[in-house]
Amino acid sequence: MSAQGIRFDGVKVGDTLPELAIELTASLIVGGALASRDYTPVHHDRAAAQAQGMSDVFMNILTTNGLVGRYVTDWAGIDAVIKRVAIKLGGPNLPGDTMRMTGTVKAVHAGEGVVEVEIAGKNAWGNHVTGTVSVALPQPA
Amino acid sequence: MTRPDDRKRELEAKLRAYVGADIGAPEVGEDPVNEPMIRHWCQALGDANPAYTDPERAKRSVHEGIVAPPTMLQAWVLQGIDMAIPGALPMNKQRELHALLSEYGYTSVVATDTEQTYERYLRPGDQISATTVIESVSEEKATALGIGYFIDTRTTFRDQDGAEVGSMTFRVLKFKPSQPPQVATADAAPARPQRLRAPRAHDNGWWWEAIDRGELRIQKCSACGELRHPPRPMCGKCQSTEWESIAASGRGTVYSYVVMHHPPIPGYEFPLPVALIDLEEGTRIVSNVVGCPPEDVHIGMPVEASVDAVGDELKLPLFRPVQ
Repeated sequence: MSAQGIRFDGVKVGDTLPELAIELTASLIVGGALASRDYTPVHHDRAAAQAQGMSDVFMNILTTNGLVGRYVTDWAGIDAVIKRVAIKLGGPNLPGDTMRMTGTVKAVHAGEGVVEVEIAGKNAWGNHVTGTVSVALPQPA
Repeated sequence: MTRPDDRKRELEAKLRAYVGADIGAPEVGEDPVNEPMIRHWCQALGDANPAYTDPERAKRSVHEGIVAPPTMLQAWVLQGIDMAIPGALPMNKQRELHALLSEYGYTSVVATDTEQTYERYLRPGDQISATTVIESVSEEKATALGIGYFIDTRTTFRDQDGAEVGSMTFRVLKFKPSQPPQVATADAAPARPQRLRAPRAHDNGWWWEAIDRGELRIQKCSACGELRHPPRPMCGKCQSTEWESIAASGRGTVYSYVVMHHPPIPGYEFPLPVALIDLEEGTRIVSNVVGCPPEDVHIGMPVEASVDAVGDELKLPLFRPVQ
């Protein structure tokens, strides 16, 4: 993550976040599901996933949410405070693929020091996730 | 006998009874917010934010001490391994609603949208509980996955003092799969989308078999010598059905092209230049131009083919600019 972090007065609409490529390993998919206490079988049991017509275990929505939050604070730094995460899911995240995350600042709200970042995570199927994260950034003293 | 319309009316009357209902008693986290679970989550997801794991650095931040990642919110009330054991979780209105839809044939479920808002970050020691209301059940909708009903729920998360710490809306589609679930076999959906493959039949199989060996061939009329592509049974010039084939040099020029941006079909890289190539032997072939930015492709551009693997099982002749 960025050592300095981002300050509210250093952000303008149209700024882009550095791209983040996340290797989708079975360890990430299973580990993310269990670390979020989501034991729904399709996220850790390949046979259960295949019984639903998938080739393998696929990422749960809590891990996707977590990676979206991580992507924004990787950029914004330790003093950022996430206020809201709204996401839509598309194609599944499956082992062996890569999810490429991109983000663009869509709005800045001066009063609250909040910026809205539009994010997307694409894999070989197209968009796995699209959405908006609202994050409060430190303001000049 | 019950007609399908009556059955649907009967189901929808039952569904309406769930709208606005609290699903049941609050779900209470088994453990308070705690550092080991936070660290485990951060390690699994690769989140290096020191606000979550480094007490000294967290103290000097806006958070003034260790906090939990906000997106972990729901993890504090999930049931763990019982979610994988049929019948282990107590019935509530939400599970009842899902069971009702399954009974009417809407057996599959997929999460489509979620939104979380955070009133404050959680700290070690916070004891979280959650209450959920079924906000709406849609009309029956036709979707790409199959027909089904969207169910919207709103969950409110509270701390040990009863103060709201965050909320979540969640939308799932409960649907009849348009294709029945596959039995687990090697034929399950591929892990990566593959390019579409041309059907191989009597008239064109020989051409694809040559491609599989790395050869680009052109069909030639044995009677009049006219070249033709794609392969077909009869010469368009003299109507002879006698034919042979020659090896193409692979050299040619771009006769015309388009660059596809949308729709992004899984298995292909976009933007995708699709070109009609004049082969130097005197016929044309449709393929992709690779090895240069799409904006560099132009009419008259000299190109040369090589037969390359695209995806796991397919070879194609692809054209590159001649250096």
